[in-house]
Amino acid sequence: MKSFTYVRAKSPADAASMAASTSGARFIAGGTNLLDLMKLEIETPPHLIDVNGLGLDKIEDTPSGGLRIGALVRNTDLAADDRVRRDYGVLSRALLAGASGQLRNKATTAGNLLQRTRCPYFYDTAQACNKRQPGSGCSAVRGFSRQHAIIGASTACIATHPSDMAVAMRVLDAAVETVLPNGKSRQIKMKDFHRLPGATPHIETSLQSGEFITAVTLPKPLGGTHVYHKVRDRASYAFALVSVAAVIQADGRGRVAFGGVAHKPWRVEAAERELPNGAAAVAARVFADAVPTPENEFKRILAERTLAGVLSETRGRS
Amino acid sequence: MSNPANISTSRRDVLRAGGAVAAVSGMASRAAAQPTEISLPVTSQVHLQVNGKPQTLELDLRTTLLDALREHLHLTGTKKGCDHGQCGACTVLVEGRRINSCLSLAVMHEGEAITTIEGLGTPDNLHPMQAAFIKHDGYQCGYCTPGQICSAVAVLDEIKAGLPSHVTTDLTATPELSAVEMRERMSGNICRCGAYSNIIEAMSEVGGLTA
Amino acid sequence: MKFDTPATTNPIDQLKIVGKPIDRIDGPLKTTGQAPYAYEQNQEVSGVAYGYVVGSTIAKGRIISIDTEAARAASGVISIVTAETAGPLGLGSMNTAKLLGGPEIDHYHQAIAVVVAETFEQARAAAQKVKVRYAKAVGKFDLVAERANAKLTNEGRGERLTGDFRTAYAAAPHQLDEVYRTPDQAHAMMEPHASMAKWEGDKLTLWTANQMIDWGRGDVAKTLGIPKASVRLISPYIGGGFGGKLFVRSDAVLAALGARAAKRPVKIALPRAFIFNNTTHRPATIQRIRIGCTPDGKITAIGHETWSGNLPGGKPENATQQTQFMYAGPNRMTATRLAVLDLPEGNAMRAPGEAPGLMALEIAMDEMAEKLGIDPVEFRIINDVQVDPNAPERPYSQRQLIKCLRDGAAHFGWSKRSAVPGKSRDGRWLVGMGVGAGYRGNPVAKSAARVRLDAAGKVTVETDMTDIGTGSYTIIAQTAAEMMGVPIDKVIVRLGDSDFPVSAGSGGQWGANSSTSGVYAACVKLREAVCKAVGFDASKAQFADGRVAVGKKSLSLGEAVGPKGLVAEDAIEFGDLSKKYLQSTFAAHFVEVGVDAATAEIRVRRMLAVCAAGRIINPKSARSQVIGAMTMGVGGAIMEELAVDTRHGFFVNHDLAGYEVPVHGDIPHQDVIFLDEEDPISSPMKARGIGELGLCGVSAAIANAIYNATGVRVRDYPLTLDKLITHLPSFA
Repeated sequence: MKSFTYVRAKSPADAASMAASTSGARFIAGGTNLLDLMKLEIETPPHLIDVNGLGLDKIEDTPSGGLRIGALVRNTDLAADDRVRRDYGVLSRALLAGASGQLRNKATTAGNLLQRTRCPYFYDTAQACNKRQPGSGCSAVRGFSRQHAIIGASTACIATHPSDMAVAMRVLDAAVETVLPNGKSRQIKMKDFHRLPGATPHIETSLQSGEFITAVTLPKPLGGTHVYHKVRDRASYAFALVSVAAVIQADGRGRVAFGGVAHKPWRVEAAERELPNGAAAVAARVFADAVPTPENEFKRILAERTLAGVLSETRGRS
Repeated sequence: MSNPANISTSRRDVLRAGGAVAAVSGMASRAAAQPTEISLPVTSQVHLQVNGKPQTLELDLRTTLLDALREHLHLTGTKKGCDHGQCGACTVLVEGRRINSCLSLAVMHEGEAITTIEGLGTPDNLHPMQAAFIKHDGYQCGYCTPGQICSAVAVLDEIKAGLPSHVTTDLTATPELSAVEMRERMSGNICRCGAYSNIIEAMSEVGGLTA
Repeated sequence: MKFDTPATTNPIDQLKIVGKPIDRIDGPLKTTGQAPYAYEQNQEVSGVAYGYVVGSTIAKGRIISIDTEAARAASGVISIVTAETAGPLGLGSMNTAKLLGGPEIDHYHQAIAVVVAETFEQARAAAQKVKVRYAKAVGKFDLVAERANAKLTNEGRGERLTGDFRTAYAAAPHQLDEVYRTPDQAHAMMEPHASMAKWEGDKLTLWTANQMIDWGRGDVAKTLGIPKASVRLISPYIGGGFGGKLFVRSDAVLAALGARAAKRPVKIALPRAFIFNNTTHRPATIQRIRIGCTPDGKITAIGHETWSGNLPGGKPENATQQTQFMYAGPNRMTATRLAVLDLPEGNAMRAPGEAPGLMALEIAMDEMAEKLGIDPVEFRIINDVQVDPNAPERPYSQRQLIKCLRDGAAHFGWSKRSAVPGKSRDGRWLVGMGVGAGYRGNPVAKSAARVRLDAAGKVTVETDMTDIGTGSYTIIAQTAAEMMGVPIDKVIVRLGDSDFPVSAGSGGQWGANSSTSGVYAACVKLREAVCKAVGFDASKAQFADGRVAVGKKSLSLGEAVGPKGLVAEDAIEFGDLSKKYLQSTFAAHFVEVGVDAATAEIRVRRMLAVCAAGRIINPKSARSQVIGAMTMGVGGAIMEELAVDTRHGFFVNHDLAGYEVPVHGDIPHQDVIFLDEEDPISSPMKARGIGELGLCGVSAAIANAIYNATGVRVRDYPLTLDKLITHLPSFA
């Protein structure tokens, strides 16, 4: 870990303006991913801006009947919030399927969205990785790729986004609220928040330099049955091979997004009208353009079958 | 929550690095526009309340809470198994909540209350969870054990407080104390010796669960 | 004390303390964080500097240059040691690759430098500044590709033939011929390899996490080129080993070199992401098994061949070990072949040989039973032997595998298993049961101890034996308490110090039986010395309740030994009983799994092991050994695999997020039954090994249960869901 200087921000705008004026500076909140990466010198910020204590740890009702989740609400607290448990079960479930109790106690809402990939070649600084070192190549494409993306990837990068929460946020059509270094705020829809790797896999979100997340907002509740099914090799404390976030209405219509398959939560709205026709019909649309590797081609069938299981579960409940 | 430190204090702390003054003052004033390699460690004074005792440490900012405990306070009961949040051996309670102390900078815990395994009990005055681990042989090599015990204590509290888990069937109901609930919640504490079955029995006894 | 005839009645048979499920005596220290491990010797050493190891980022080739200038200039750096500056270094007799590499590189993450600095943070940062230029060489990294180049080895007698396998197999009315694969596996013990070194003149004291103190002492001396007498190794607590700490590793050697260069004590813990490629692992195997049977299930021919790879000079994974002895059959063939691979060094991991060997053999037995239409429990019983099938004049010292299987089947509810797979369902879960037999040798090794009795009647045992979580502290205390007739709280046990008499150490499941026998021997000597001091006839003296008595004459032990106390030292030395008798341990593993009908996620629902391992010295700690091994077997069955990058020659998933081992959520309540045995041929303790048995056969039992649940037979470990899912019926 390289040395750094450290300050505690006084306000979100202060944080954003400090970040913009110090090249390479990083915000630190829970730290559970950033410090992990700093120890390996995958991240080498010369300056840390501690954004804890900015009061962004509240979950408030919005005038439109939704929720505004402060950027620094811990994963534990978000998952346990009564309104989230009652009206946004898929979000609660996704959070609880992620990491461990200890990590969820530290990890924040914004930090969860900004997690970096767990690709083992990204994590080994001796290996080529376009995400870590642009232009160095991708070791995963022809390497150990069982965990990697099957859709939306590029020859430059086949990493997946590791977050469970983000998959639920995507299915709920959440929006990210930010403050820019100039003090202005804006909203970014979840579908536009994470980027596909393309030729620039090191640029992972649509955030601008210094832009600071202040909250994530949820539209008013969708009703329906909320399911998050995460599939992994061990029962807990592991990243997803495939996950399915779904909100299914009594008439069989609904929404679905997939995790573990792409560089971002993967949702194809046009495919959702196939939901009443079953998982195969949905998956055929969602994964029509899939380009798996020999090691991860099972994910397509796994995603379809996981969705089939989710749909059968929701039928059982309605 | 932590006191928001003002920046000038931070700067004074920075200056305490002695030889580091010239190297870091530019950074601290936020004047530099390009990433500058900071060649000397930046230090800061950190105040922690560890097992009820106030502690003041002068720490390299890079020092994790785990290394502050182990290397500076010589509280080596908290273990370093992976240093990356992948094993749970470093679990401690901060303001009553369990965290991985390896993935937290000590400086980010200014003024906070930390409970480590040493604060739960001593060989002559065991915490009930420590006694139950001994009775049910909930450990073998002992290296993950302090983290398991800190987590176990917190897990029983979390269930009591009604926090849901991945295996809670009804999200809107209060979770019940069960082996399945405890197993899921303890899954962030790896035990390669494989004492899991015994640990759940120890926790069941302390939690008052009859099998 | 020589042990060359079977034990007769001895004081251990009183079983007042031995055989009881006594809580570990190190429990209060371990559960309160007061037990100091190698890196934590703050009471012993002050002014310690921190070492951080730099590893090679190529798998094979040469270092052209190492530029340490920037690292040396980094803040806090005290010294940097590389192969160039370390002076001549030897190769430990237990090591295959050098622990400090350069200029030749033998494997990925081979240590090539150590940076010593004032603080951990400084050492870690400076280590990143060491810049290395390499000339890469072409290496061999793919076992499948190198299989054809593998050669027969002398390990496990290379090719071993009994009868005429080829002819008998060809003539057998029922045949099985399948290939199985097991992956490279990591020990992944929770305590990283760690050492703290201190020099006083030319004497080195090394606190190090090591299972085998005397081996380690010898290899540290050999590596550094100093007399063994100049090295003291101390290892009071070890955070798990599983074979990964049998040998001296880079942390120990580099701490010593770093401390010499820095002229102050130095400590090093290997970073977790470094351990997987820097240290040893269990090598992958390819195994071909052929079984020929009569229609009534009698094996007429059994053949087991195994292929594994290792660095030049390394050993094979001898997966055929059990197949030489385990089942009947007049015609037998086993062969162990080894290819050269330039991956990190392969070496022993818990139950080397048998663990991966049984992963294959016990699937093969399940498959053959199904072909024959015979229940797999019965098929194993039909083929039980009570003598060495290669040398019928050599009996087993004791073999109750049939009882393990029968008792287990009854206890587990085996009769409810559907013989036809894929027939049992619980909601979404396809449910299946599987059985696997366990077999693991019972090696014994010379082991010495020193026992002191003081005027207060306290007994102190000293031996360089280690406790890696196995319970050595406790069973040694039980042994001494039983022998000297004192309560266990009157016994102090001091372990893991090369100043103490040399023990068997912890490995190969020989530790408990051998080391307690050594303590037994020393206690026999001490009893004689006590009797001599008070003029008692040692053959008639009773040691009980803290007193020694003959007839009506009785003295407290304190009075008997007087103010100076008495001390005795002896070793147990085993004769040829292990040649005259085949000595092994046996288990029957029963497992129930659920497989999600949609996703093929696998969950173990129930587990039972029935074990026959002679006298159980402490049923509580022995049970823990078995459930721990069963847990490791779950990992081996359904998740653990070091993924090899065959282009760059390294294990890719080199941390605890990538290399998944079981977590709490994977493990149900586990049951263990010990058969009530005592084995006078094994040792005066009448015990056999138990530490590794629990791993032997369990992974195959899980694999067989998955087959029973799904009807999908997977012969390639781990049995992850991707290997099942395309074979499951559609789900809608």
